[in-house]
Amino acid sequence: MAVTITVNGQDHTLDLDPRVTLLDALRDHLHLTGSKKGCDHGQCGACTVLLNGRRVNSCLCLAVMHDGDEVTTIEGLAEGGPSPLQEAFVAHDGMQCGYCTPGQICSATAMLDEVAAGWPSHVSASLDCPVELTHDELAERMSGNLCRCSCYPGINAAITEVARRGKTEATE
Amino acid sequence: MTIEMKIDGPETVNRTDDMAQGVLGRDSARPDGLAKATGRATYAAEAHPEGMLHGVLRRAPGIGAVRCPNLEAVRAMPGVRAVLRDARMVRNAAQGMADEAPVQGVDEAAYVGQPIALVVAETFEQARHAAQRLEVAIERTDLPIDPDAVEPEVPEAKQSSQGDLDAAMRNAALTIDADYTTSSMNSAAMEPHAAVAEWDGTTLTLRGALQMLRFNRNELADSVGLSAEHVRILAPYVGGGFGSKLGISADCVAAALAAMELGQPVRVVQHRRNVFEVNTRRSETRQRIRLAADADGRLIGLGHEALVSNLPEETFAEPVVQASHFAYPGAARTLGIRIARIHRPAAGSVRAPGEAVGVTASEVAMDELAYAAGVDPVELRLRNIPEEDPERGVPFSSHRLKAALLDGAERFGWSGRPMAPRQRREGEWWIGTGMAAAFRVNMVVEAQARIRLHGAGAVVETDMTDIGTGSYAIFQQVAAELLGLPLAQTEVRLGDTALPPGSGSGGSVGAASTGTAVWLAAMELRRQIAARLGCDEAELTLKDGTATAGNTRQDLADILSGAELTGTGHVKPGDAAEKVRQATYGAHFAEVAVNDVTGEVRMRRMQGTFSAGRILNRRTARSQCHGGMIWGIGMALTETMTHDRRDGHVVNRDLAEYHVPVNADVPPLDVHLLEERDPWAGPMQAKGIGELGICGAAGAILNAIHHACGARLRDFPATPDRVLAALE
Amino acid sequence: MRPFDYQRPDDRDAAHAAARDGATFIAGGTNLVDLMKLEIMAPDRLVDVSRLGLDGIGDADGGLRIGATVTNSDLAADPRVRRTYPVLSRALLAGASGQLRNKATTAGNFLQRTRCPYFYDTDAACNKRAPGTGCAALGGEMRNHAILGGSQHCVALHPSDMAVAMRALDAEVEVEAADGTSRALALDDLYRLPGDTPHIETSLAPGDLITSVRLPVPLGERQVYRKVRDRASYAFALVSVAAVVRMEGGRIAEAALAFGGLGTRPWRDAEVDALLAGEAPGEALFDKAGEVLLRDAEPPEGTEFKLPLARRVLKAVLTEATR
Ligand SMILES: Cc1cc2nc3c(=O)[nH]c(=O)nc-3n(C[C@H](O)[C@H](O)[C@H](O)COP(=O)(O)OP(=O)(O)OC[C@H]3O[C@@H](n4cnc5c(N)ncnc54)[C@H](O)[C@@H]3O)c2cc1C
Ligand code: FES
Ligand code: FES
Repeated sequence: MAVTITVNGQDHTLDLDPRVTLLDALRDHLHLTGSKKGCDHGQCGACTVLLNGRRVNSCLCLAVMHDGDEVTTIEGLAEGGPSPLQEAFVAHDGMQCGYCTPGQICSATAMLDEVAAGWPSHVSASLDCPVELTHDELAERMSGNLCRCSCYPGINAAITEVARRGKTEATE
Repeated sequence: MTIEMKIDGPETVNRTDDMAQGVLGRDSARPDGLAKATGRATYAAEAHPEGMLHGVLRRAPGIGAVRCPNLEAVRAMPGVRAVLRDARMVRNAAQGMADEAPVQGVDEAAYVGQPIALVVAETFEQARHAAQRLEVAIERTDLPIDPDAVEPEVPEAKQSSQGDLDAAMRNAALTIDADYTTSSMNSAAMEPHAAVAEWDGTTLTLRGALQMLRFNRNELADSVGLSAEHVRILAPYVGGGFGSKLGISADCVAAALAAMELGQPVRVVQHRRNVFEVNTRRSETRQRIRLAADADGRLIGLGHEALVSNLPEETFAEPVVQASHFAYPGAARTLGIRIARIHRPAAGSVRAPGEAVGVTASEVAMDELAYAAGVDPVELRLRNIPEEDPERGVPFSSHRLKAALLDGAERFGWSGRPMAPRQRREGEWWIGTGMAAAFRVNMVVEAQARIRLHGAGAVVETDMTDIGTGSYAIFQQVAAELLGLPLAQTEVRLGDTALPPGSGSGGSVGAASTGTAVWLAAMELRRQIAARLGCDEAELTLKDGTATAGNTRQDLADILSGAELTGTGHVKPGDAAEKVRQATYGAHFAEVAVNDVTGEVRMRRMQGTFSAGRILNRRTARSQCHGGMIWGIGMALTETMTHDRRDGHVVNRDLAEYHVPVNADVPPLDVHLLEERDPWAGPMQAKGIGELGICGAAGAILNAIHHACGARLRDFPATPDRVLAALE
Repeated sequence: MRPFDYQRPDDRDAAHAAARDGATFIAGGTNLVDLMKLEIMAPDRLVDVSRLGLDGIGDADGGLRIGATVTNSDLAADPRVRRTYPVLSRALLAGASGQLRNKATTAGNFLQRTRCPYFYDTDAACNKRAPGTGCAALGGEMRNHAILGGSQHCVALHPSDMAVAMRALDAEVEVEAADGTSRALALDDLYRLPGDTPHIETSLAPGDLITSVRLPVPLGERQVYRKVRDRASYAFALVSVAAVVRMEGGRIAEAALAFGGLGTRPWRDAEVDALLAGEAPGEALFDKAGEVLLRDAEPPEGTEFKLPLARRVLKAVLTEATR
């Protein structure tokens, strides 16, 4: 089946078996291997990409269902130089083996937008206050990304720094 | 030229601290970090050679003789190129450092989940579907799968006894005699095991997810019937291993066999469910711990006896009591390991084999002793620090447990803690604190590394892997420090068997062992530079690309004048290990909240202080400690592989049901690394740190649960149902 | 995964036409793709419902009408839901992960299948997956299985959090059949008990398309959702309780309780609600509610812990909701 997906700003038309997932389309057909496959079943978050701006597990997306959609991968976030989160992950050692890292960074990128949009989380004390990105809020919101090397302290430090910087920029 | 060194005795001159560049030990970023953060780092499955085919493993659904009745029909399915049922495929997951083929075969399934066929097709989707269609008929054999239901083996070499423990127990003022259990566990590295094999008629090139290439190469060669010279393995990036990638894996051997048969590159990636079944797991343990102490809590006797399991034919037995040999004093000592031969997937090394479960349980027993004695748990440990190895009578190479305990207690704010449990309540939550000591044996293994030095900088080369442990960062620092180069001019190439054989990553040996080889290679280059300058190596100061000797100062590039110098280092273990007891030490402190309604446990904070010789990179070392402590959280609270009581299969073989800690399970962690130089650890005086953080960590958490709510749990993990049962 | 045909109709008529020839709907795919990869579900034809325009949330008779393909994220963040149906927001936010909630849809969440590991194991017997083969869970390793509503053929749990809140809110699903006729179903009528046909989980006929969910005005403003699980996040419920309560003069005027982690379907028990109505809140009453709830409980081996857990959580939730 022919599918056209915009990946990192570029249109790609692929002829795919309907069984091909978005993750496999990226990795095996477009050779964008930055998105990782950790479980292939929505259980780890390694395959997280931005689909029309929102974070999703690309392993559970059939590529054919995303004709006309826009996908941003970890490679896309680095276009024109590494993104603030990518740099902060290095600076805070938010990685060890690095296998979960692209998923963490894509997830965090979208998560910060969710916070900005005021989405509550499971740990939010109230459903209608503006969200303050405390340790607990951040940890809950990032819990869809497993890291077996267990770099959560570094991951959280990196995201916190970028969130804080983003906030000061916004108020300037 | 090569410098060879055997670690036979203490290093009397500390050369490392003389160096001038000032990069070793620093808190510096991983050179591979940005490649990982931008998706450019490529892992095993990410090679895509022209014409690559896709292989999917099919598992045995039962134990017994295997037949595939519809094999021909599957062969005829769209896109299918082969259904491989080769007797050389891996049966029992390979053990680390085996250096030869693991137990092979596809006709008899020794455990449920064993790979018994590889289906190869043109696309992954075709291969997956065809593998699912492949019927597997099992002529079932009734073999034992429950470790508690068989008569265990009692290998003599694994039993040791000094004095009369029974008498000590009878005569002691205080005794503890209790059983502790830990669960069957999985490494669950985030990168599933994967291989891409290419065969050009003479050479097999394999991209693999492996930890110890110099062994893996021989294992693969032996498995497929090639000589090692015809095998090359590449693993520049490995997505975690934790023991599960020590030995050659089923996917590697199957991919190689298929590539050789079909003459086309073949990729095999383990499905996450395979990962839980076809690689080594951490054995479940049942541990009886006996402590005999005087009224002040000073140990006079100690017993630690464990039941572990493995498949028949496997020599590995989880070395549960490894640290009990030297951790605490006591003249009467009985230690032993018994092995239940059962048909669950093979057991093998998982992060800190032995101590991860053994120290964890014995630190709960020590907490129980502290309560029996009415002595503060930190004080109880301080009272029980042996002067020398209590069994062998040899000295410790260095021993900083006391410093770690005191430092940790101070940073955590331990003093003034009420001894009695159930003292602090916040709403539904009982709050409590607990602690544990950490012990982990240290070892050096043989390793080689080469450095090529040229005008623009240095290139470090070894087949050593970086599985997240920081090899790239550390070797860069070691070489840059000794050669006086900026980090940016020091490149590190890893994970290729065409390079000199390093130690491999496992047992925390990597940084110190291969790092020492890098150190020696750099020292060799320093000698060559000194020779060019006509001075003594010791007089040479190398810094920022310049060499200073006496009152002359010259650019390194000028000294080389276009030449490339090569130095190789080769380190081997000597008899240091016989002369001293060498280990790493630490202390864990944990604060937990236990929900009085639901039995849920939440971590509130955790502190770890560790001592492991020279710290080569504070940032990566800290990350390793975080990792260990969080594995401790998993062991304490969430992780357990459930084996079906009828056939031993792993029931929860995915990441939705096998619960590794998620971000929200982890509280703020504080790690402190003590300054230490261990002269018996070679010229760098550094020891392994990758595993110390897990040893005992889960014990601190269970001790904190006890302090919080009064429930003494002796079975890991403390899931809500277990805590609730204790609360009811 | 078996090969299949894929269609993406742009309107409901086309979807019905496609469904008339026998097809399986796919929405977010977070459950169906998971199961298809393992060939636990193996449809020949997939009809993608994601672009049928069923993704709106609107007012309906003072309540709310939620489109079938509204994502769990959008639903949880919707200001009307947060304000008027907080129990629903809370249940959604307690489920899965941020990524999954961005794809998971309302209808898909209702119809997600059990997480029983033997259902997930195509090498094991399972009456739900392969009718008549037996149940490998019974006699095997059970932990997160149902203690209410099970039969000797199946004790698989319904795993949804959202559906538990929906039950407490008296939601109705609006269904269009392949012939274009529509009907509304209370959840009590949607979900079936396993009995001896555990593979038939709902009263939906092949081709029935869920178009929306209707929420009436909630019976009370006091709403609580509480979930107990094996880790702090990203895990299914061991036990969960949704409570919607209206207080009047210090008494419980009306209460609607629903339970997750206990039943073969999202559980609601009219007798529990009836017991509470008109009573003054108190420990004895809450204990009684637990007794009534669990009067017919038959915990399979390994699930016994759910009895005290359910009682305790129910009590804590009622205490909070009536405070
Ligand atoms: C790792 C993991 C953890 C999870 N944790 C939780 C959790 O904690 N709590 C929880 O509640 N859920 C959890 N989930 C489940 C998740 O909520 C469901 O997968 C999701 O809600 C399904 O929605 P979907 O739109 O993706 O459904 P799909 O996968 O698209 O469909 C599911 C079923 O619904 C049918 N269907 C879909 N739309 C319609 C329609 N309009 N009309 C008729 N039939 C339709 C499909 O045919 C299919 O049978 C988890 C899932 C995963 C993978
Ligand atoms: S690979 Fe997609 S969630 Fe694990
Ligand atoms: S860095 Fe290895 S899994 Fe996260």
